[in-house]
Amino acid sequence: MIPVQRPPVLEVENLDIAFNTKSGTIHATREVSFSVRQGETLALVGETSSGKSVTCLGLLGLTPPPPYCQIGGSAKMTTRDGTVHQLIGRPETDLRRLRGAAASVIFQEPMTSLNPVHTVGEQIAEPLRIHRGLSPRAATARALELLDLVRISDPRRRLDNYPHELSGGMRQRVMIAVAIACEPALLIADEPTTALDVTIQAQILELLSDLQRQTDMAMIFITHNLGIVAEIADRVMVMYAGRVVEQGDVVPIFTAPRMPYTRGLLDSLPRLEPGRPRRSLLRAIPGNVPDPTAHPPGCTFGPRCDHFRAGLCDSAIPPLEQTAPGHAARCLRLDAIANAAGVSA
Amino acid sequence: MTTTTSFIPARKPGLLHRVPALRRFVRHRLAMTGLAIVLLMTLFSVVGPWVIPFNDTDTDIRSRLVAPFAGVHVLGTDSLGRDTLARLMYAGRISLAVGLSATVLSMGVGVLVGLVAGFYGRWVGMVLMRFVDAMMCFPTIFLLLAIAALIDPSVGSIIVLIALTSWMEVARIVEAQIRSLRTRDFALAAQSIGAGSGRIMFRELLPNAVAPIVVAATLNIAHAILAESYISFLGYGIQPPTPSWGNMLENAQSYLSRAPWLAIVPGIAIMLVVTSFNFIGDGLRDALDPKLDR
Amino acid sequence: MGRFLFGRLMQSLVLLWLVSMIGFAILHLAPGGPLSQFIAGGNLNADDIARLMAQYGLDRPLPVQYLEWVGRFLIGDWGNSFRDQQPVTAIIAGHIGATLELMLTSTLLSILIGGTIGIIGAVRRYSIFDTVATIGAMIALSIPTFWFGLAVIYVFSVDLGWLPAGNRQTMGHGSFLDRVHHLIGPCIVLALVSTAIWSRYMRSSMLDVINQDYIRTARSKGVPPFQILTHHAVRNALLPMITITGLHVPALLGGALVTETVFTWPGMGRLFLDSVSYRDYPVVMGILMFSALMVLIGSLLADLMYALADPRIRGAGR
Repeated sequence: MIPVQRPPVLEVENLDIAFNTKSGTIHATREVSFSVRQGETLALVGETSSGKSVTCLGLLGLTPPPPYCQIGGSAKMTTRDGTVHQLIGRPETDLRRLRGAAASVIFQEPMTSLNPVHTVGEQIAEPLRIHRGLSPRAATARALELLDLVRISDPRRRLDNYPHELSGGMRQRVMIAVAIACEPALLIADEPTTALDVTIQAQILELLSDLQRQTDMAMIFITHNLGIVAEIADRVMVMYAGRVVEQGDVVPIFTAPRMPYTRGLLDSLPRLEPGRPRRSLLRAIPGNVPDPTAHPPGCTFGPRCDHFRAGLCDSAIPPLEQTAPGHAARCLRLDAIANAAGVSA
Repeated sequence: MTTTTSFIPARKPGLLHRVPALRRFVRHRLAMTGLAIVLLMTLFSVVGPWVIPFNDTDTDIRSRLVAPFAGVHVLGTDSLGRDTLARLMYAGRISLAVGLSATVLSMGVGVLVGLVAGFYGRWVGMVLMRFVDAMMCFPTIFLLLAIAALIDPSVGSIIVLIALTSWMEVARIVEAQIRSLRTRDFALAAQSIGAGSGRIMFRELLPNAVAPIVVAATLNIAHAILAESYISFLGYGIQPPTPSWGNMLENAQSYLSRAPWLAIVPGIAIMLVVTSFNFIGDGLRDALDPKLDR
Repeated sequence: MGRFLFGRLMQSLVLLWLVSMIGFAILHLAPGGPLSQFIAGGNLNADDIARLMAQYGLDRPLPVQYLEWVGRFLIGDWGNSFRDQQPVTAIIAGHIGATLELMLTSTLLSILIGGTIGIIGAVRRYSIFDTVATIGAMIALSIPTFWFGLAVIYVFSVDLGWLPAGNRQTMGHGSFLDRVHHLIGPCIVLALVSTAIWSRYMRSSMLDVINQDYIRTARSKGVPPFQILTHHAVRNALLPMITITGLHVPALLGGALVTETVFTWPGMGRLFLDSVSYRDYPVVMGILMFSALMVLIGSLLADLMYALADPRIRGAGR
C-alpha cells in the first residue's frame, strides 16, 4: 500500500504487560512487537481482553503504576522533530509531556470521555495550554479552528457548549479535536466508532482518514470490526490472548489469512460475494477467550481451533513465523492447513 | 429468585463455607473487634454487678470524689461517694437495654410503614412517605426534647420516645426495597397463584429486604444509645437515681476540674459501644452487599 | 432548571404543611396539653383553668384551633413566651444569629478539613493515612458531641487555659478577636461530626470520579496529576457533596443545640433547652417549627446550588 518506506513513528519490541492482582499475576500482553510508520494506519484486531487496548495504554503509561502493573520490553517513539524517545521505563513526568502532544488517544465512549463540568472549548484548549503554553485567548482561537477542522457546524456556538448538549457523534468529533490539537505524530484510536450509529461511524472514519492525510500522522486503530479494518487500515495485527497471532498488509490478511483464528474472524463476517451461497451461515468461532489466569498449554487458541492436533498444538507455544515478506503468523500447522485449504479451494 | 435462599440459615456443619456473607463478615477485622467489644461490654454490665462489692446507689460521704486506682474504688467515686465502676455497670444495663429495645420498636414501626408504603404504592405510599419526609425535617434532638418535656420520663417512655424519632430511616430503606421487589417475577408469580397481600408482603417480599434491614438495625442501636445519652445528659432522659451512661455525665461537667474521671469513664463506655455497633454495621453492609465494597 | 426548582418548592410547601400538622399534634395530643405547666403548678382552680383555656382558644375543636394556629403562624404571629410575654419571633430572632455564626463557621471548617481528608484518602486508597482516617471518622461519628465538648473544655480551658470555657464574648468586651477566641472551641466541637461525614462521603465521591472515563481522558491529554485532581476530579466530586451538606442540616442543628449547651453559647439551641425546662410551649413550638423550616430551606438551597453548579441541570431549561 505504501510505495516508499516512510520513517517509523513507533517501534515496539517484546512488549510484556503484567498486572499483579490479589489472585496472582495476569499477563495482559506477551512478546508483542510491531511498528507504525508516518502516515500509516495499523489496525489492531482481536476479541475483548485480547490485549489490544492494554498494549496502547501501557505504551503511554496509562496503565496503573508499578507494582500493580509491570511493563517490559522496548518501545521507541519518534516525534515530529526527529527526537527518539524510549517509552518503557520512562518516568511518568516524561511520558506525560508526550501524551496529548506527541501521541494522543481517542477512546470508545464519547458519552463519558468528556468532563461534564467543563465546556467543549475549555477541554480542547487544555492540551494546547499545557503542551504549547498558549494563552487562554490563543488556545480558544485554536480550539475554534479545530472544531471547524473536525467539521462541527457553528463552531463558535459549540465552543461554549457542555458535553451533554452534544450528540454522541459530535462528542466524538470533539474528542478527535482534543486529540489532534497538538498535531501528534501518533494517534491511537481505541474503538472510536463502536458506540456510534452506523452512518455516524462512516463519517468519523472518513474524518480520521482525511485528518491523517492532512497531518501525515501515524495511526493505530483498535477494533474488532473487520469491516472497518478493510476500509481504513494499511496493515493489520491480530491479537489473541495477549499475543500477536498474525500480522501483515491488509490485502494478504483478508485474501489469504494463515492463522486459523484470523480465518475464523473473517468467516464470521457477513459478506456478499459472487459464487458464495447467499444464505450461507455465518460461522462463529466456538468457545470463549481463555481465562487470563489459566491459559491452556501450548497454543492458546488450541481449544477453539478446528485444526487442533493433540500432542502437537498443546505441547509448545508456537513461534511467530514469517510466511511471506511482511507477513507473519503464529501456528505450528501453517503448511498443513494451507495445503488443505488449497485442495478444497 | 436465588436471593431468597441466601438467608436461610444452614444447619449442616461448615456454615462459614456455605454462607459467603457470613464468611465475609467474619473476615471483617473491624466488625469482629466491634462484636467482641459489644459482647464484653454486655457481659461487663450484666454479670459485673454480682462480682464487685459495691452497689450503684450506696453513698459513702467519707469517700467522695476519690480518684481512680487509689483504693478499693477502682474507677473512683462521684460527689456522693458512689462507686463509679458499679454505677457504670448498672448504667450499662440501662443504656444497652434502652438502645436495644428502642431499636426493636423502631424497626417494627419502620419496617411496617415501609412495607405498607412500598407494597400498596400510589396514594398510600405517597402519603406515608411524605409523612416520613416531614418527620425527618425535625432535628432529632429537638423532637426528643420537645416530647420529653411533655411526658413523664421513665425508662419505658424514653424507649418509646427514641423509637418514635428514629424509625423513618428504616421505613425509607424498606419502602425502596419493596417497591423495586414487588414488580419482580416471584412476587408477581405469588400474586398470580392467589396469595394474599399479607402473605406476599411478609413471606415473599420481606425476606428479600432482610440484608438492608439488618444493617440499618445495627446502626440504629448505635444511634439509639447515642440519643439516650444526649437526652439524659441534657436532663430529660433516664432520671436519677437510675443510672445511665448519659445521666452519669450530666453532673460531670460541674466537677470537670476536680474529678475529670467522672466524665471520662462513662464517655469512653458510650464511645466504645457506639463505635463498635457502627463497625459491626459497616462490616454487615460489606458482607451482605459485596457490590458496595469500598 | 426553573421547572426543577419550582417542583422542589412545591414539594417543600407540602412538607411544610405536614410539618405543621406534626408540630400541632405534638403540642396538643401530649398529656397535659399546652397548659400542663399551669395545671402542674397546682395554684389554679378549675375555673381559672377554664378561663385560661378560653383565653388561649383551647376550648374549641382541634381543627379550628389548628387552622387558627396555622393562620397566625403564616402572618408571623407565633405567640408570646409564657416566661416574659415577648413575641416568640422576636426571641428567636435574637438568638438565631449566634447559632448561624456557629453553624456556618463549623461547616466551613469541616468542608476544608473533611474534604481534604477525603480527597487524600481516595487518592491514597488503602494507605495507612486512609485506614487511620476511616477508623478516625467512625470514632468521631460515635463520640457524643457533649462529651467531646467537655473534653475540649477540660484540655484547652481548664488544663491549658488557651480557650474560654464558654459564652460568646467576654463580658463588656466583644472585640472581633475576642469573639473569634470564644468561637474556636464550640466551632471545633460542632465541626467534629460534619468533618467525619465530609471525609467519608468525599472519599467515596472521589473514588467514583477517579474511575470515570473523563479522568482517563485528562491523563491521556498529559494534564499534570495535581491539575487533574483540582480541575477535573474535585470539581465533579463536589457536586454530590452539595446534596450531602443539605441533608446534614438537621444533624447540624441538633449538634448546635448540644454544643451551645456545653459552651453556654447564647444561640437558638440553648434557648430551646431553657424553654423546655420552663415548659415555655410557645417558644418550644416556635423553635421546633423554625428548625424544621431551616431544614427545608437548607435542602432547597442545596438543590438550588446543585442546579447552579451542575451544567447538566443548569442548562436544562434552555
